[in-house]
Amino acid sequence: MSTTQHSGEPLVHAVNVTKSFHGNQVLKGIDMDVHPGEVVCLLGPSGSGKTTFLRCINQLESIDGGRIWVDGDLMGYADRGGTLHHLTDKQIAAQRREIGMVFQRFNLFPHKTALENIMEAPIQVKGEKKAAVRERALALLEQVGLKDKPSAYPAQLSGGQQQRVAIARALAMEPKLMLFDEPTSALDPELVGEVLKVMRQLAKDGMTMIVVTHEMSFAREVADRVVFMDGGVVVEQGPPNEVISNPQHARTKSFLSRMRQEEQEHVEHLLEAAQRKEPDLLADVEGGQTAAGPRD
Amino acid sequence: MTPQAEDRPGLINARPVRHPGRWVAVVVIAVLVAMMISSFVTNDKWNWSYTFQIMVQKPVIQGVYVGTILGTVIAMAVGIVLGIILAIMRMSNNFVLRGVSFAYTAFFRSIPRYVLLSLFAVGIGYLYNTFQIGVPFTSIHFFTLDYQAYSSTVWIGGLALGLSEAAYMAEIARAGILSVDKGQAEAAQAIGMSPGKTMRRIVLPQAMRVIVPPTGNETIAMVKDTSLFIAAQITLELYYQATLFGSRTFQVMSGLMAATLWYLILCSVLMVGQSYLEKYFGRGFGAPSAKAQQKLQQVAADH
Ligand SMILES: Nc1ncnc2c1ncn2[C@@H]1O[C@H](COP(=O)(O)OP(=O)(O)OP(=O)(O)O)[C@@H](O)[C@H]1O
Ligand SMILES: [Mg+2]
Repeated sequence: MSTTQHSGEPLVHAVNVTKSFHGNQVLKGIDMDVHPGEVVCLLGPSGSGKTTFLRCINQLESIDGGRIWVDGDLMGYADRGGTLHHLTDKQIAAQRREIGMVFQRFNLFPHKTALENIMEAPIQVKGEKKAAVRERALALLEQVGLKDKPSAYPAQLSGGQQQRVAIARALAMEPKLMLFDEPTSALDPELVGEVLKVMRQLAKDGMTMIVVTHEMSFAREVADRVVFMDGGVVVEQGPPNEVISNPQHARTKSFLSRMRQEEQEHVEHLLEAAQRKEPDLLADVEGGQTAAGPRD
Repeated sequence: MTPQAEDRPGLINARPVRHPGRWVAVVVIAVLVAMMISSFVTNDKWNWSYTFQIMVQKPVIQGVYVGTILGTVIAMAVGIVLGIILAIMRMSNNFVLRGVSFAYTAFFRSIPRYVLLSLFAVGIGYLYNTFQIGVPFTSIHFFTLDYQAYSSTVWIGGLALGLSEAAYMAEIARAGILSVDKGQAEAAQAIGMSPGKTMRRIVLPQAMRVIVPPTGNETIAMVKDTSLFIAAQITLELYYQATLFGSRTFQVMSGLMAATLWYLILCSVLMVGQSYLEKYFGRGFGAPSAKAQQKLQQVAADH
């Protein structure tokens, strides 16, 4: 298993994290370090505990065992002379400010416009001045390609647009770490690209990211490291081209071959959709493809 | 082969289906309404002019302002605030808070408002002449209030009705809060909001969409329930004042009709207000209404 050598402290340092729901152990001792600027993609079959682990990092779930440090802070507890004391709700809220989270189902505030969604936290949580926040929020909207939508309510936006606003909302707090839980899996296939584009740029700008995703091409292209989880443990991890192209474990292999099959179906679906909309245009493209080498 | 233009079917000019039953119903209703209006106009015993006179008498108007309107405002303010607190307690992790909320609701739902008002007027004044807030079982008091000074006022009446209302508002508020997707609170927490702020700024405003319509109905019901104030010897109130005029002059019916018309006016105004509130709290949910869209188009066309 080859991992790049990092100097300095990891931003996320998780040791032996365990978590059960009603006696059903979902996380069985997860160790994970994520260094500043690193992009880690979490892969794994449904029910393997990816979402749960992500939620544990920013304490939407409390953990039963192990420790998680983010930027040197022990999450959820104060360690006083070897004894752990629960933090208050206010202290936990303060710890979460360093961490942005993007949800599978966007979870934008439907009673607020796109701009208000982004401005909410800096004003209400950090107590920043409205004028300054407004400017930053508008810049963020531009960054995610929605300059012309500040006063749209979420219900008036497409799924892809909503998810981009949600990313901007998380970025407004200027987090050190961004968590993404399958940010594109609730989107129509033709809307996935616009969200991934924003995330790709974010990675390029040096944001530390943990991304749960089924988008293999994104993982291959953007991730510094992929972590494959199954049954509440980390099965295998390493650089994407090693793990994805040459998996060592049987479980990783079978998962990846299944993913490849889905990806294939996904591409076919996209082609079909495009064909329905612009049959003439696609006929040319396909003609060219057939000439180059027929698809089956 | 395409058909010639004159062969293709043109505009539809069909005969409508006839509804003789509907026409019979319309005629019957029209006759009944005409009979009613004729009776209002021709039967002198209605004595409308005296009814209108009673409506604008100073004590009656004061009764509207103080007893009915202020009474409703106090009762609903107490009911809504306490109801939301009870709803949040009911959903707490702490079983004592849950239990207290449950017991409160069960207790106040069981007591008729007329009885509750009587209890407040008689019972509390008898049991506790003065209210004192201080350290229990000692004679240290921070705050003292003379109950007698308030006992027959709209403040006590509004408080009594408000305590009763809170039991119903708690259920309405709880339904509203539960109707908000759990992901909303999680998103708010994920951006660092405290639980209190999450409730105030994210969950409650969305719950309002569900809370407002039944609360409007409760408010309209409360306007009518202020007519029970006499049970607490509160006399500066519409129903008591209007009927007092009527019975003093042996025109009982005019007094009753004066009160009836006032209630009709007040409740109509509230219903209009309610529909505006529903629009306000419905913002961001679904497309703008057909009327709003029409308005927007008009604005665009005017430019
Ligand atoms: N709040 C909860 N209460 C009870 N069980 C839960 C809860 N949340 C998750 N689980 C269980 O924990 C297991 C792991 O769930 P998790 O959502 O972390 O999986 P996942 O890897 O994100 O899967 P997916 O790819 O389907 O999103 C599942 O068996 C799930 O049923
Ligand atoms: Mg998941």
